[in-house]
Amino acid sequence: MASIWEYANPVKFIRTTDRVLPWLSAAAVVTLVVGLVWGFFFTPDDYRQGSTVKIIYLHVPAALMAINAWLMMLVASLIWIVRRHHVSALAARAAAPVGAVMTVIALVTGALWGQPMWGTWWEWDPRLTSFLILFLFYLGYMALWAAIEDDDTAADLTSILCLVGSVFAIISRYAVNFWNQGLHQGASVMRAGALAGDTEERVSNVFAVPLFVSIAGFVLLFIALVFLRTQTEIRARRTRALLARERMS
Amino acid sequence: MIALLLRDLRLGVRAGGGFGLGLAFFLIVTVLVPFSVGPESGLLGQIAPGILWLGALLACLLSLDRILALDWEDGSLDLLATAPLPMEGIVSIKALAHWITTGLPLVLVAPALGVLLNLPGPGYLWVTVSLLLGTPALSVIGTFGAALTVGIKRGGLLLSLLVLPLYVPTLIFGAEVARRGAAGLDVATPLTMLAGITFGVIALLPFASAAVLRINLR
Repeated sequence: MASIWEYANPVKFIRTTDRVLPWLSAAAVVTLVVGLVWGFFFTPDDYRQGSTVKIIYLHVPAALMAINAWLMMLVASLIWIVRRHHVSALAARAAAPVGAVMTVIALVTGALWGQPMWGTWWEWDPRLTSFLILFLFYLGYMALWAAIEDDDTAADLTSILCLVGSVFAIISRYAVNFWNQGLHQGASVMRAGALAGDTEERVSNVFAVPLFVSIAGFVLLFIALVFLRTQTEIRARRTRALLARERMS
Repeated sequence: MIALLLRDLRLGVRAGGGFGLGLAFFLIVTVLVPFSVGPESGLLGQIAPGILWLGALLACLLSLDRILALDWEDGSLDLLATAPLPMEGIVSIKALAHWITTGLPLVLVAPALGVLLNLPGPGYLWVTVSLLLGTPALSVIGTFGAALTVGIKRGGLLLSLLVLPLYVPTLIFGAEVARRGAAGLDVATPLTMLAGITFGVIALLPFASAAVLRINLR
């Protein structure tokens, strides 16, 4: 049984992801197109929200991935701190801009959705506020990576920032909850029993099935992008090493 | 450790340490607020607790890069690292010295600046209490940020970007205590939350700061 730690070897990582990446990208494109087209054109309008309800197919998956990207960075940072696998640190670095973009998508689509529904582009609601704070955390994390020249130092410092930042992000989440009451609805897509057919206050299956397809598409897209960006980081580092070696000789 | 504390305090208070700068900044921010929102005393009294908290936080932020940068430049940080003192102790002492030279004066002048902003009567007590309880957390979190950016040239702006999101919970609970206190409401819940954050941060964050500083000194 091959161990997962084999992929700590950059050559092995690149070889495997090279083989997987075309299939993964194709699967991501297909699921995204199916999910979004199905969602946008082949679902009925909600009787109260009209066609604006269809923003859900971008908003919910992007918001989910924004949080899960940070979680993935947290796990990769822990692996770097404990086992010092460079691929792991580079994967965390590669995931940060993707996560930041997902956060922006969630915020922008949320604003576009909020305008007709709540009558306001922005409201200092706990969920909205904590997403804005999450975005600031992403910015700080990327800025720290960019500011430090030595690769190992940068990986060490950013992974500790990621750990500390996670704790503070969770505290902030509860702090803003305390600070202001919300306008945003609670989780109604993933609520327990939603799939089991419990019909109280949940997204109807007509909307839920294409939504799950879009979520799967966003997950695949995220994995493909992280693989691709990690490969780029590995190759960039290899190029730098080769150039340095050439200059030495 | 006490010798280190006294040394840092002396360096902080004497010329070049920027002791008065934070206070002057706090004063100027407070003076500028009525210019920007208008001199209406009712409105000023309503936003006074928040303004005082924001001013104190920014004044604190302004002096953060002095915690470690000077010692880093002249090499005394390397000497301290080899001294028979745990790195956690060093960063805690640094944070304490920063609080005594920056946070404590801010707490003491806050009521005086409250007069300028027409702070309501019960607000004086609660603004002072919340700042007294909250500014140590600002110093400790700031030391973590300073340790992260110590090796970076012109890291001041990056330091703000890293530290400000970490200040969010402290600011929310601290300003909430001040606001509720000024309005004559019950302050027990935010006050205990603020105390929890401060003591939790004092207990745990020096370990992260020390780890970061060790990496930077490698």
